[in-house]
Amino acid sequence: MSKTILTIDDSRMMREMLLMVLQGAGFNVVQAEDGQQGLDKLAEAKPDVIITDINMPVMDGYGFIEGARKDQRHRATPILVLSTESSPEKKQRAREAGATGWIVKPFQADTLLDVVRRVSA
Amino acid sequence: MDPMDAIKQTYFQECDELLASLEEGLLALEAGEGDSDTINAVFRAVHSVKGGAGAFGFEAMVEFAHVFETSLDLMRSGKLDPDPDVLKLMLRASDVLVDHVQAAKGEGVVDEGRSHAILDELAALTNSEPLASRASAVGSSADPATDEWGFAPLKFELDEPATATWRLVMRPTAAMYAKGHDALLFLRELSRLGEISVTMDASTLPAFADLNPENAYICWSVELPGTVDETAIRDVFDFVGDDCPIELSRAEGGSAPMIDLTDFLPPPAQQSINEPEHGAPVVDDKAVVVPDKATKGAAPSAGATIRVDLERVDRMIDLVGELVINQAMLAQRVTESGVGRSSTIAMGLDELEQLTREIQDSVMAIRAQPVKSVFQRMPRLVREAASATGKQVRLVMEGEGTEVDKTVIERLSDPITHMLRNAIDHGLESPEERARAGKPEEGTVRLAALHRSGRIIIEVSDDGKGINRPKVREIAVAKGLIAADAPLTDDEIDNLIFLPGFSTASAISNLSGRGVGMDVVKRSIQALGGRIVIASQPGKGSVFTLSLPLTLAVLDGMVITAGEQTLVAPLTAIVETLRPKPEEVRPLGPTGAVLATRGMHVPLIDIGVALGLRTTPIDPTTGVILLVDGEGGGRAALVADEIQGQRQVVIKSLEANYQRVEGVAAATILGDGRVALILDVDAVFDKRLGERQLAKAS
Amino acid sequence: MTESDYVTDSLELISFRIAEQEFCLDIMAVREIRGWTNATPLPHSPSYVRGVINLRGAVLPIIDLKARLGLGLAEPSARSVIIVVHIGNRLVGLLVDGVSEILAADKATIQPPPNLGCETVSRFVRGIIAMEGRMISWIGLADILPEEEAAEAA
Repeated sequence: MSKTILTIDDSRMMREMLLMVLQGAGFNVVQAEDGQQGLDKLAEAKPDVIITDINMPVMDGYGFIEGARKDQRHRATPILVLSTESSPEKKQRAREAGATGWIVKPFQADTLLDVVRRVSA
Repeated sequence: MDPMDAIKQTYFQECDELLASLEEGLLALEAGEGDSDTINAVFRAVHSVKGGAGAFGFEAMVEFAHVFETSLDLMRSGKLDPDPDVLKLMLRASDVLVDHVQAAKGEGVVDEGRSHAILDELAALTNSEPLASRASAVGSSADPATDEWGFAPLKFELDEPATATWRLVMRPTAAMYAKGHDALLFLRELSRLGEISVTMDASTLPAFADLNPENAYICWSVELPGTVDETAIRDVFDFVGDDCPIELSRAEGGSAPMIDLTDFLPPPAQQSINEPEHGAPVVDDKAVVVPDKATKGAAPSAGATIRVDLERVDRMIDLVGELVINQAMLAQRVTESGVGRSSTIAMGLDELEQLTREIQDSVMAIRAQPVKSVFQRMPRLVREAASATGKQVRLVMEGEGTEVDKTVIERLSDPITHMLRNAIDHGLESPEERARAGKPEEGTVRLAALHRSGRIIIEVSDDGKGINRPKVREIAVAKGLIAADAPLTDDEIDNLIFLPGFSTASAISNLSGRGVGMDVVKRSIQALGGRIVIASQPGKGSVFTLSLPLTLAVLDGMVITAGEQTLVAPLTAIVETLRPKPEEVRPLGPTGAVLATRGMHVPLIDIGVALGLRTTPIDPTTGVILLVDGEGGGRAALVADEIQGQRQVVIKSLEANYQRVEGVAAATILGDGRVALILDVDAVFDKRLGERQLAKAS
Repeated sequence: MTESDYVTDSLELISFRIAEQEFCLDIMAVREIRGWTNATPLPHSPSYVRGVINLRGAVLPIIDLKARLGLGLAEPSARSVIIVVHIGNRLVGLLVDGVSEILAADKATIQPPPNLGCETVSRFVRGIIAMEGRMISWIGLADILPEEEAAEAA
């Protein structure tokens, strides 16, 4: 059975881009538009990997990660953060929030898939 | 379409939305209505535009958006005060960002000078260098991994041959596992670099009874071939940081320095995980916004929506239009066949008509859009008009959520643009003039949309000097539009500005007088079945009121006969219908006649003659009169042979396969399958009005 | 692209008679042929514009080709047909007396229209096809519609 990836991004373009790359690589993709929607969809989607943006309305990526990590089923689910910045502060911040890793935007399809592979069994 | 092209299209659509919300947010902040959420939304908008621009390699846009974003980030963190000057700069920056997006679409060019000037101003706010110089600094760093980590590049002067075996010790912590990492995956990654030999160190594993499943006890030692690149090994651990300290050394000789990567991580003071063993990180002060934002999850959700290709909706509207026509044709055939009104067939047809009407309304509702998409372009226009004329203008917009069919939306932009320019250029006074008149130096222009009796009303008002009636009159006389002694009411004088050939361009403007007069505005509005009227008070200002149908797809019409032709008159144009008594019809001049009704003398216009369907008018007393209001403030009595009834008709364009025809607004298809023309009441009226006024002038 | 397609060497044409003269059109421009129905007259239009008819929901202008060619107003009868043609992206109906046949002509054999100093001929006749002793005028459609009135000032 193919793995499911939950993508959370308020940008339709980014969601479509992720969808294209991930579906093309054979993943099931479930989409959410902000952190709150992401949390709402966790139970049903049962993602194997989560990719989330940080800057989003309603609930940002940090809020999502904290929420997801409180969920017993997702304490150990790999969560990748999409970030346009690669400053050490931002990375440390993502790490503190409980992110498994990050993908710097803009990304190449190969890079994205490589990162997903690295964090998932 | 190439999937990337499709995504690019999505990006551009999204940009339009983001840029609109950016401007909206900045305006709200400027008006003192914004809060931290507004600033966040504004920041996010620029951030997202930048993100996509990076993905598609729009370098100039990335550079611009980056500096813009940096300044907004400072505002977000409270380090930059959103004072009026800063916000004005940001509004100008948002205009330039719009230009960048347009340029990326291939629909415009960026004024480089302006873009750079604003970049410099923004950079001055943030004391930061533009991205370009920063990027080049990064580019000069040979090792991207060090940049990723923010390390100062380290140079190792190691004597050992490069082939000395690597020895790596990794010590996962509980914090690492709490973030979804798996030690096994690191081993797997390492094995991809070369053949590895792994030794597990379980020496710290306590007795089972003492074992805390949340804790991490096991370390691994890994030997890798010496040919493996050091960076590649470190990269495997780039996500974990000090959650999994590693020791990396060359095995041979044993003299190689032990490098603990954690030594080079940012100092602990900047870190905030106080109790890594418990997984849930304790956030520092700066991060308090996170849970705070989370509680605001009550913001209205987008609701269940789907995105539909507009073409499909248009196609559906066309089809429903056909359905309406077919239903009407069927009904007429049934009536003609002599079936009684109470028969089951007739009753079934009534139900079909009802359903058809409901389907049509529902489908039209799908295509309805808020006028916001047009309104949101106006603040920029006003800013530019204000700076071009040296006036201070505050734009107030109301009713942006008012919905109207897409066919109308598309054609609102030009008239609104023109009316706003006109209001700023001709309506508002200069700051000095306003001060002398005891008014605030900043003038106010109001743009409002509302629904009124099945039409959409757009109002553009200003608190300027009002129409200069003596001047307007003078111009109209000079241009031969009216006789010097024409007895005109104030309203009639105000409406002279809509006459073809009237243009006050001589006055000041390089702005509203771009070769397009108010007559063109009026004509384009009339072409849509709309009306425009002006009300002005000297010294207090003017109000332009635009009234348009909610859709250009259907129209409520009165079906009439004139000169053996069936015509449709838009119901909205008709004030009243009546059958004149002989004593109400008075001849005037050699061929003219007027209708004396309610103390007014209204010119009689035979529709058949006006449309060239016959040469001599019928006797008005044998026909029916439609009283219509002309835009010029006057009224006319249109003479038809008879009225067949009222009906909703589907509007069909004549221009699609032919061209515009004077006196005809559009066509429709009636129940008998024939084409009927929809009367352009104002054109019929105006033609007469124009003749009358020319006659006066001569 | 309508009748100006020179990719192949031969043209398929549809021929019809108007006032004892033979004319033809490039069949590529023809969408359909239908019987005559009364048209709704358009005000302030040239006499060769007979009006508009309903073609499956679209409003189709009808040009009286006889009048357009300066041969007098047509008197529609049961034999009259409307040839529906593409002109640019418009659909236009041409009223003719009746279609006679479909014929093929080698492009090389089409002669340029003779210079009669006649405005109508030079405007509408693209070429002359001689065939079995007959003379068939090949009609170009570009100028069939009346010229647009001076576009709105906008």
